[in-house]
Amino acid sequence: MKLNLILLLFIFFSKFSFAAEKTVDPNLIHKNLRCLVCQGQSISDSNSDFAQTIKLVVKDLIDEGKTEDEIYEFMSDKYGDWIVFKPQFNTQNSLLWILPYIALIFGGFFIFSFLKKRQ
Amino acid sequence: MQKIIKIIISIVFLFVIGIFYISLTRDTNYNTSSLINKETPEFKIISFDNTNFYTKDDIKKNNYTLINFWASWCAPCKIEHPILMKLSQTKNLVILGINFKDKETQAKTFLSELGNPYDLLAKDKNGKHSVKFGIYGIPESILINKELMIIKKFVGPLSVDDYNNIIEIIEQL
Repeated sequence: MKLNLILLLFIFFSKFSFAAEKTVDPNLIHKNLRCLVCQGQSISDSNSDFAQTIKLVVKDLIDEGKTEDEIYEFMSDKYGDWIVFKPQFNTQNSLLWILPYIALIFGGFFIFSFLKKRQ
Repeated sequence: MQKIIKIIISIVFLFVIGIFYISLTRDTNYNTSSLINKETPEFKIISFDNTNFYTKDDIKKNNYTLINFWASWCAPCKIEHPILMKLSQTKNLVILGINFKDKETQAKTFLSELGNPYDLLAKDKNGKHSVKFGIYGIPESILINKELMIIKKFVGPLSVDDYNNIIEIIEQL
């Protein structure tokens, strides 16, 4: 009985994970990739030669089973972080991601101590 | 307390000014620095005459390889062509030409009129191979050494300075 239950759970979760893998949306990826030969347009908005080639490559990568993050990583590897509208978290841009939280903590602390002093 | 506020405001002010300064002086053009000193990507590209495929193994044999993306419809490709012709006479350098999104007859006419500088000639019909090399417009050229490392990438037509640069690198051998 226990074995059947484990087997059932395994099938359910493996099916669930397969379903999750299949839901890589190419349009979402196109929207998050910058057209390098256009003025402020994404791959999705552009009909340029470059955008069309990138769309083909994204399709191939999805067919190969690559995840969304792996596709962004591939593109960043070839064209640098500039191609991705939402930059990946790495040592070079860590400050960009961490700074708002630091500002929030220090700001909160500052307001708290200011209000406390006024009381 | 007022002193602390003044210090914080000054720091924030300097920070904002610093960010503006860095952003305004930064070169926003796409640069290829991310590819330099990286290994040549795996590729399998069909030859121009459809007889065989070229892979990384074909580059391994050469001391230096210059991969040049070109097309007959690309005007700057005509400008750089004399430089490529001159480079084709250089020892220790093999030029792999990749014909990019082009019509075969027009590409053939282009080469018969201007000369064929390519030791190996391949074609990239839909441009997918160009992405592997970080190409975003043509002409672009990539210089690869025997260890299959990308040592230089030239965006746009090759100039006389680029020619001298390539020769300088090759002569270091």
